[in-house]
Amino acid sequence: MKRPELVCPAGTPAALRTAVEAGADAVYCGFQNATNARNFPGLNFTPEEMQASVAHAHDHGTKVLLAVNTFPTAGRFNLWREAVDMGARFGVDAFIVADIGVADYVKRTYPDIRLHLSVQAAASSPEAIRYYAREFGVKRVVLPRILTVPEIKQLAREIPCEIETFIFGNHGLMVEGRCSLTNYVTGLSTNMDGVCSPAADVHYDKQADGSVTTRLADFTIDSFAPDEQAGYPTICKGRYNAPNRPDAYYAFEEPISLNLSGLLPALIEAGVDAFKIEGRQRSRAYVKSAVSAFRKAVDSILAGQEPELADLIALTEGQKQTEGAFKTKKWR
Amino acid sequence: MQSLTLGPVIYHWKPEERRDFYARIADEAPVGTVYLGEVICSKRTPYFEGDYPDIIERLERGGKKVVLSSLSEVVLKREREMLAAICETEGHEIEINNTAGLLDVAERPHRVGPLMNIYNDETMRYLASKGATHFSLPVELPAGVVGEMAKVAKGLGVGVEVQVFGRASLAVSARCYHARAHCRTKDNCQFVCEEDPDGMPLKTVTGQAFLTINGIQTLSHSYVNLVGEIAAMQAMGVSHFRLLPQRVDMVAVAGVFADRVTGRIDAAEASARLDALSMPAPFSNGFWHGLQGRRQFGPKVA
Repeated sequence: MKRPELVCPAGTPAALRTAVEAGADAVYCGFQNATNARNFPGLNFTPEEMQASVAHAHDHGTKVLLAVNTFPTAGRFNLWREAVDMGARFGVDAFIVADIGVADYVKRTYPDIRLHLSVQAAASSPEAIRYYAREFGVKRVVLPRILTVPEIKQLAREIPCEIETFIFGNHGLMVEGRCSLTNYVTGLSTNMDGVCSPAADVHYDKQADGSVTTRLADFTIDSFAPDEQAGYPTICKGRYNAPNRPDAYYAFEEPISLNLSGLLPALIEAGVDAFKIEGRQRSRAYVKSAVSAFRKAVDSILAGQEPELADLIALTEGQKQTEGAFKTKKWR
Repeated sequence: MQSLTLGPVIYHWKPEERRDFYARIADEAPVGTVYLGEVICSKRTPYFEGDYPDIIERLERGGKKVVLSSLSEVVLKREREMLAAICETEGHEIEINNTAGLLDVAERPHRVGPLMNIYNDETMRYLASKGATHFSLPVELPAGVVGEMAKVAKGLGVGVEVQVFGRASLAVSARCYHARAHCRTKDNCQFVCEEDPDGMPLKTVTGQAFLTINGIQTLSHSYVNLVGEIAAMQAMGVSHFRLLPQRVDMVAVAGVFADRVTGRIDAAEASARLDALSMPAPFSNGFWHGLQGRRQFGPKVA
């Protein structure tokens, strides 16, 4: 049985050390600027931290994948070039990119460093993946969370590179790299600034009756009864009204997390080369629990045993989990 | 008006409505190029693809150039086949809206659509070196970035197009939100999106008009309107201006923009004439100003 690589989130140097200790085969991380898709205050690495963290990871046999996976706008391309140059200097094991210009730069400048195609590139067909592999020598594609396991199995036969799938964490519903919802509301762009529902625009308005209305900038995203816990106002996880839906409903998706722990053997069998845990914005405790649990599960499967899965429900959004599109086409 | 274009119909209009719409566009709308094709949902095409030869002929007799637009989401076999068929079409230019289309078109000239992620001149240069001749830029790009790219495009000899009218596409998904609103799934949707020829409005729980659903696509509630920015765009080298069909008098809309593009009327008059058409949604131009896309700024900000 092929040994899948466990790829774990590292939002900070401390989280990186935690992930390494918990058994990550690889960690992914980014610099403190718009070059990565988790550009949140207090997250990510200074150049000095990155250099030290790469050394630390390598000392423990863990790979470092550098996310440079947003879309540079004309006039700002240098920032992305610098991120790639620094990563190369620090000895990262791969770049995770989405933009064609950035992919071309990596290929021309650092042909010996592996290139991974970010989920932000939303390559969801053999043709799209083959395009990136042919043009830029992409060695691995991070698949969008929209394919069933049989579809992944079929896809694996049709592409010349490795497959990485998400197995745990945020269950985003919009095609990655195509979402301007946050920019429409806040003026900060997911693609250009690496920002989704920025905290500075988040408001929790307590009403006289004890209910709470959540807002992103000027728009109400949801409303919670006094006994409900108010969730973070992410546009695609909010409740709205449509003409035939007089009662507010989750128009896109409810707050819920992806958890594929029950599908790991099927994913390995389908030809998946790497399992990705989402959550660079999450705490060290989350990283420790999620990485340890999946380390144990993968090792058990490889040893031919039934995996014992720790209860991860406490780490999920809204304490709800799903196998999403991986399980059934009805998800669509 | 060669520099004025009409984007594809993105909603699920009934076949007879589509035929009537394009007949009127062919005869009366002062646009030079019409993009034709289903960009949003592969399930819809059997309803009207049989009409395309007649529609194309009618548009071409009306003096329009017809460009075939391809799907934005390409995952299923049927979608991959649709894309392959468009890429093999002869006699018309094609517009690619998904990277999958780039695999096979490198050998022939092609246009790159607004649902592709072209955010910088490096990407533009790369694709132009592989046969791309024309770029419709993403709707969220601000003026400064468009200006930089228009400069490079001029040097490369490729066209640059900006959407100047119609709802902004804000997101696409593998899931159909029209079906979801009606407690169905994409596979058994029964084409419920047909009930909303200008999209399905989503309001916030406090009653704010917010977003618009069109199958797998989420759009702004507001209509982008950059009629006040045409002169600035011309000065920076934007070569084409795209109108996205909405359920309003598109011939009248095209007339106003054509008059503005040729300089026959000034921005104030163009704005007043568009206001007089009583649109079903407010205008916005925030993306162009590098701010919240939903906002509408007056001439002072420009």
